[in-house]
Amino acid sequence: MKKLLFYLLLSLFAFAFLYPFLWMVSASLSEERSITHVTLWPVSFTLDHYIKLFQSIPISGAFLNSIFVATLVTFGVLVFSSMAGYALARHRFKGRNLLFYFLLFTMTLPFQLTLIPNYILMVQFGWTNSFAALIIPGLLNAFAILLFRQHFLSIPQDLIDAARIDGCNELRILFQVLWPVSVPTLITVGIITFMTTWNDVLWPIIVIREEKLMTMPQLVTLFAVGGRSMGQIGMKLASATLLAMPIIIAYLIFQKHFIQSMAASGQKE
Amino acid sequence: MSKSKTISSYLLVSPYLAHILVFVLFPVGFSLFLSFHEWNIISPMEYVGLSNYEMLLQDQYFLKSLRNTLVFLGIHIPLQISIALGLAVILNQQIWFRAFFRGAFFMPVVVSGVVVTILWQQLYGYEMGSINMLLMSMGLEKVGWLTDPSWAMPSIAIMATWKNVGLYIILFLVGLQSVPKSLYEASALEGATGWQQFWHITLPVINPTMIMVMILSTIGGFSLFIEPYVMTGGGPLNSTLSSVLYIYKQGFFYYHMGYAATLGLVLALIILLVVFIQRTVIENKQP
Repeated sequence: MKKLLFYLLLSLFAFAFLYPFLWMVSASLSEERSITHVTLWPVSFTLDHYIKLFQSIPISGAFLNSIFVATLVTFGVLVFSSMAGYALARHRFKGRNLLFYFLLFTMTLPFQLTLIPNYILMVQFGWTNSFAALIIPGLLNAFAILLFRQHFLSIPQDLIDAARIDGCNELRILFQVLWPVSVPTLITVGIITFMTTWNDVLWPIIVIREEKLMTMPQLVTLFAVGGRSMGQIGMKLASATLLAMPIIIAYLIFQKHFIQSMAASGQKE
Repeated sequence: MSKSKTISSYLLVSPYLAHILVFVLFPVGFSLFLSFHEWNIISPMEYVGLSNYEMLLQDQYFLKSLRNTLVFLGIHIPLQISIALGLAVILNQQIWFRAFFRGAFFMPVVVSGVVVTILWQQLYGYEMGSINMLLMSMGLEKVGWLTDPSWAMPSIAIMATWKNVGLYIILFLVGLQSVPKSLYEASALEGATGWQQFWHITLPVINPTMIMVMILSTIGGFSLFIEPYVMTGGGPLNSTLSSVLYIYKQGFFYYHMGYAATLGLVLALIILLVVFIQRTVIENKQP
């Protein structure tokens, strides 16, 4: 009896979480005038909104920009953060503990503090309206370093010593000996970084004004806010659907990894 | 310790040092410097002493944005914790299709806030929105979810809960799994009811998770931007003007860089203070 109530409650919530997405897809495939009638299947099927969307904004270019930016940022974070994490975990050097506490301290700093000065930095560097502004400030992050450090602490010293005896330098030890035994951490950091970069809007809106350089969420946001969607719900929902698709597909394939990674990211507090 | 290895240590951390110097340390110092100046980026910077701070203390909009954040948090945090904890407790039992339910609740977490906002803007629509249609079919009055100043912020808080609750379910599930089974068994032998077990065993053990959820939600509340930016532009009557949206407007509409930096600085201090209070108060309350 209690179990039945649980299933009822779970199903109700599951419906509340899934229905809006289903509605979004089906409404984006319906004629404008019948969007409000839509329940779960398009009432009057049409691809109009998508066709018009592709004609009015460079959304495929924005998609490629987003892929480019998120991939480079993720790659950079994996390389540079694992380097710092490795040194903090397995090397002894002057200032190491200081650096570690400093790392913990910077993690607590709210982004509101550095938003304006970082924008001015971009202006001074001449990076506004360039991918540099989207990529370079994101190439490292404290939380990734912390995750790598934690993981590298657990690796047996023998493995590192053996590689040193073989004459490996520290970079080769990191990338050829430690990386292969750190796949779960690499996946966690990779997913979190890729997702946050892919979904970020505030920073792109601030530093990019030129349409052909915009990331996908930025372009979709400005399209929804600005006058160009001309109040057409169908086109707005089509743009939102296209923006959601890549991440949802990735999520459906790698669901377990997504959930584990995000759970790890919650632990940072 | 060989010298070459020490050098290699510094080489390994050098990208991090360079990055933090340029993108964290310098900006923190520079934002303090900016807060004593007036600057629109183009004309020369002008020293104005404390006037940015004086302006901030009397700034109706900034105070309004803080009040709006309080409204948001007052609704969002209790809603988030009760739904997330409730669903986590249910999912922690022997349940069929557990992976499906968990996956469904988690779906909004991975999707961009822009998607969620565009989507809910339609669901909240006054004339044609699905939610009002549902209310009408049940014989209830339509609600101006985003057009009524007293409803707009609560509406955003509800939407934000929908977006994030999946993550907190997972965090609570992790916490619940750390409750020793033997405690339940022992207390059941002594005749404790399910509720008593929940209050006296489960809650104390997952207290750290609770603090974490509260702090993460608080930081999220102070970071609201895209939701009001897309849905309401901060309106109606500034009832959804968030602090970050206000900083954005001061900085990138009016180009008051000095004042925007001051706002960011003060806001950051407020966030740190609130998080600190939450941490100490709740930790001291622990039995």
